[in-house]
Amino acid sequence: MEFISQPWAWYVAGPLIAIILLLMNYFGRGFGVSTNLETICTIGGAGKVSDYFKKDWKEQSWSLLFVVGIIIGGFISSNYLMPSEAIALNPDTVKELAELGFADAGGSYLPSEIFATKNIFSLKGFAILIGAGFLIGFGARYAGGCTSGHAITGLSSLQLPSLLAVIGFFIGGIIMTWFLIPILF
Amino acid sequence: MKNIRFLILGVLFGIIQSKSEVVSWYRIYEMFKFQSFHMYGIIGGAVIISMLFMQLFKKGIIKNYLGENIITKEKKKGFVRTLVGGTIFGLGWALAGACPGPMFVLIGHGTTTILIVFLGAIIGAFVYGLLSKKMPN
Repeated sequence: MEFISQPWAWYVAGPLIAIILLLMNYFGRGFGVSTNLETICTIGGAGKVSDYFKKDWKEQSWSLLFVVGIIIGGFISSNYLMPSEAIALNPDTVKELAELGFADAGGSYLPSEIFATKNIFSLKGFAILIGAGFLIGFGARYAGGCTSGHAITGLSSLQLPSLLAVIGFFIGGIIMTWFLIPILF
Repeated sequence: MKNIRFLILGVLFGIIQSKSEVVSWYRIYEMFKFQSFHMYGIIGGAVIISMLFMQLFKKGIIKNYLGENIITKEKKKGFVRTLVGGTIFGLGWALAGACPGPMFVLIGHGTTTILIVFLGAIIGAFVYGLLSKKMPN
């Protein structure tokens, strides 16, 4: 039980993710998450507005079940497998974040400065949450995939578009982390 | 009902992401600041081992459950779409500290505010769909 309750190291998680990819392929499907965002638009009736969404979403039901599973996995983990939410961050990271006003970096999984429920009711807090989501959804669909589809599936199958997309992920991530987050907070 | 297997794989994938802390905003910040090996080890490790699996798929050594060869779908090509789309995605990934997989994990954690991020992502995918024909590839 010790192993289950401890945080899992990279050399445990990396291979396990590869095994998920292996099993998805064994069962006849690819490994990827962000297509579901489009499928949810289709279910919501987006096909009436744009032909782009005129698809039979039932063909994607396997993938929707995959993300429902992810939600259940998150629930099981946070309720039964995580005695502590503390994260062993690099002390430099903690110090830097403290200077930016993040009071308890690494004390839990998420900073309350962004994820406290009260932020939904402030203009800035709401704008950050919905804006970040918009960038994720728009960018993932424009690029043709996210971390699972491009970084893991695409890179491991040596696809050039995925290498470009991952370079893009890092350009965007570095701009946000190094330049925009210090302005926003 | 055979799709239940994907639900089970999803549960496992959710637990892996949660237990390895990749759903933590801080881990993503640390990664983009190059202050920790953790995320690089996870993504890099997954890529390297998957690469081996991909070779075994290609050579036909591992077949799917029907005994057919496994073919990996080709990604859409386009310099602008992948690089610009990727950059837009990266901005959102670093700000929310979550990509689409972890977004769903955090819904399972019971994080209320992630629902706003999720809503934003749906709107983003919707707006992309509307503009898709006009966007450069």
